[in-house]
Amino acid sequence: MATVRLSFSPAPVHVRTARLVGVAVARRAGVREGLLDEVRLAIGEACTRAVALHRQYRLPDPVLVEMSDSGAYQVRVVDRAPIEAGLGLAALNADELANESLTDEALTTGVGFALLAGFVEDLQVRPVAEGVGTEVRMVWPVGR
Amino acid sequence: MELSLATRAVGEHTVLEVGGEVDVYTAPRLRERLLELIDGGARQVIVDLGRVDFLDSTGLGVLVGALKRLRSAGGSFALVCDKEPLLKIFRITALDQVFPLHPTVEAAITADPTGAGA
Repeated sequence: MATVRLSFSPAPVHVRTARLVGVAVARRAGVREGLLDEVRLAIGEACTRAVALHRQYRLPDPVLVEMSDSGAYQVRVVDRAPIEAGLGLAALNADELANESLTDEALTTGVGFALLAGFVEDLQVRPVAEGVGTEVRMVWPVGR
Repeated sequence: MELSLATRAVGEHTVLEVGGEVDVYTAPRLRERLLELIDGGARQVIVDLGRVDFLDSTGLGVLVGALKRLRSAGGSFALVCDKEPLLKIFRITALDQVFPLHPTVEAAITADPTGAGA
């Protein structure tokens, strides 16, 4: 089993780095080429969500991304925001999306969750085992 | 790939050609440019996503914001996109029911409900 860990300051500029690393490790783990765009998007969304939560709560702590290939390609994105904030995810329907009163933040959160749920078959959002925060756990099959 | 933005006029329409990656880092630049255009009087805006190779929820949020702003100002907003990976993103988020999506700029102009393309 190989594990790659990346932690980064909660700034938008680093999300791209996390995407690039996540796809490189996925390719090496044996995730089939046709899934890599979805891996890239999903890791980006999970990291964007974590960065947004850290900025919302003014948390300087790094966001952690852990990638491992034990039987499947598993990615965990861990934030340190209060749990009640992290688990409050909901997809929006077309009427809600076009509603004038919907805030930009709520819109982006809802769309981001829809993308995660749509692109990752094996997805969990749950409290971290220790301390404060949530983890987004995503798993993709490998072709070996 | 870095975000690229280029604007051109086609009749009464303003076409914003977007290229590269639209994500949480670059989306604020796209938002700024769209606001500049709308505040500068553009009312029939078409965003051409033909050279976009990555689009995330923050980028989609910026596009929805521009759509709402133009609708409330009596204008029109459409997207040009013919790449299946991007179209899948619009379908999954249900935003394909919110945005007018067209395969070409010409098709977007022809379909403009404000009649500016007629």
